[in-house]
Amino acid sequence: MNKRYLDITDVGIEFDTSGKKFRALQKVNLKLDKGEFVSLIGHSGCGKSTVLNIVAGLYQATEGGVCLDGKEVSEPGPDRAVVFQNHSLMPWLSVYDNVALAVNQVFRKSKSKAERKAWVEHNLRLVNMDHALDKLPGEISGGMKQRVGIARCLAMQPKVLLMDEPFGALDALTRAQLQDSLMKIQAELGNTVIMITHDVDEAVLLSDRIVMMTNGPAATIGEILPVNLERPRDRLELAEDREFVHLRQQVLEFLYAKQSAREPTVAASAAVVETTSPKLAAVQAGAPPERPGNDFEAA
Amino acid sequence: MRNEALRITPHERLEQLVEALRGGNWLKALVFPMLGILAFLMVWHLCASRIDTSLGQFPGPVQVWEQVQNLGAEHVREREKAAAFYERLRERNAKKLAADPNAVIKDRQYTGKPTFADQIITSLLTVAAGFLIANLIAIPLGIVCGLSSGIYKALNPVIQVLKPVSPLAWLPLVTMVVSATYSSDDSLFDKSFLNSAITVALCCLWPTLINTIVGVTNIDRDLVNVSRVMALSPMVHVRKIVIPAAIPMIFTGLRLSLATGWMVLIAAEMLAQNPGLGKFVWDEFQNGSSSSLGRIMVAVLAIGLIGFMLDKLMLTLQKRVSWDKTALLR
Repeated sequence: MNKRYLDITDVGIEFDTSGKKFRALQKVNLKLDKGEFVSLIGHSGCGKSTVLNIVAGLYQATEGGVCLDGKEVSEPGPDRAVVFQNHSLMPWLSVYDNVALAVNQVFRKSKSKAERKAWVEHNLRLVNMDHALDKLPGEISGGMKQRVGIARCLAMQPKVLLMDEPFGALDALTRAQLQDSLMKIQAELGNTVIMITHDVDEAVLLSDRIVMMTNGPAATIGEILPVNLERPRDRLELAEDREFVHLRQQVLEFLYAKQSAREPTVAASAAVVETTSPKLAAVQAGAPPERPGNDFEAA
Repeated sequence: MRNEALRITPHERLEQLVEALRGGNWLKALVFPMLGILAFLMVWHLCASRIDTSLGQFPGPVQVWEQVQNLGAEHVREREKAAAFYERLRERNAKKLAADPNAVIKDRQYTGKPTFADQIITSLLTVAAGFLIANLIAIPLGIVCGLSSGIYKALNPVIQVLKPVSPLAWLPLVTMVVSATYSSDDSLFDKSFLNSAITVALCCLWPTLINTIVGVTNIDRDLVNVSRVMALSPMVHVRKIVIPAAIPMIFTGLRLSLATGWMVLIAAEMLAQNPGLGKFVWDEFQNGSSSSLGRIMVAVLAIGLIGFMLDKLMLTLQKRVSWDKTALLR
């Protein structure tokens, strides 16, 4: 376990907002093995997305650095594909063309035209979207858009797949479907994944390790929880599983006892997803917190 | 039953009328604009009959309609004259050739006075040329400014200062520069055509430029990040992401530009005696006959109608080019 495929070392970042220095992250250390699935969990505004963006190369760390497969990360690239929360498909390109845009860029030299076409279709088949190749993003549902977004990233054959709350904006049923799809695909392809989530169940269900972050400013990694549940995992069986329930409990403990939610600041409330207090109240009152995050059903 | 019907207020009656019209959408689409136009014609007629000028009474709808017919007839007559001229020329040349097969044939152009329709065509060609020149500069420059905040900051002061300048201030400069640098003996375009076109271009550059900059600057950050993650080359980035994303704003700019260009053109033609609708208006004004005001009014309406049609044309083009077919365009 010391291959250190992805190595985040002593990463810190300071933002300069209108003359005021704001330290968002400090001494973040995380090492991933190839094929590992890691979730980042923490309260809104704690800098999870910042970590992801530094790994993606979209932000430059003020100190420390990221190495992927022996090379230092200095700029964004297709070897670190990002699935954004709001799908981020080009609304003017069809489902096929959205994936083809990435494929034609990454494989323009190594694959022939016919091979690239087959590769686009193959990846859309992986996420069960091969029936809607000619549809525009505006014509398909939110879950379908996110499937296409995942296909676009998979098609780049990234060394590490970065997912920024990929299912955060979806309703609970669609979210469960996509989680299952993602588990299946990851088992098949062995992708290395970092996923940001607010959903404790999602983190436990999908991850090999759960990285829990402390609250900002100057956020860092608080605890890392290994999830040694056997794969393939089945959400129905796990719901009763003692180990699963115990792991959930530990994450909840960290989030709500050790790092209790701060009053949302202006900056934090700008984020689309909030861990709202009613849910916290439900947890404390001992009500079955069946699926934290059901507040998206209305969305 | 009858009493109830009697108690209907005017407001309710209007509603009933509207309800009745709602049955046929085409009817509604037709009736309301018709009512508006009719009301306008009434007001025009009433006002015109009270205004007396040194050139006679201000023309009302009836007099203007007469002038429309006159101008149409003049156009037909002028075309007949031209056709007759070319016919005579052909006969004379044929005769010459019959007498002496080696005779040099002279090809003369008919030099009659341009009719109203000719003036319209000249104006349309000029505005098209000016609009084209402006956008060949404005759109690429707008994209560059939108992508690079450094270049934007460098150019913004210049843009802001030049933007509000009236075309009439540019015109003398343009005229002098064109006559200094362009020889019209062997050239494709008349100097006057270039003067008007360049003046139009200088004025309709700005709306497209500014709207393109705004459109490009406001592209969704996530889409830009997707492009960075895919490591798209700058050219592909512009072609596949920047331009489609900015198309709605670019078209807003284009429509404003074309409207500005059309307005500027009339003024430029009037002032610089360049051929076109503006010159037609000026000539009629100088002419000062009893029919002049009526003919100018025809030109006013023609300018308005053409401006309206140009905007419709751009709107149709926008609908065709834009990817968002559900967007409400007005």
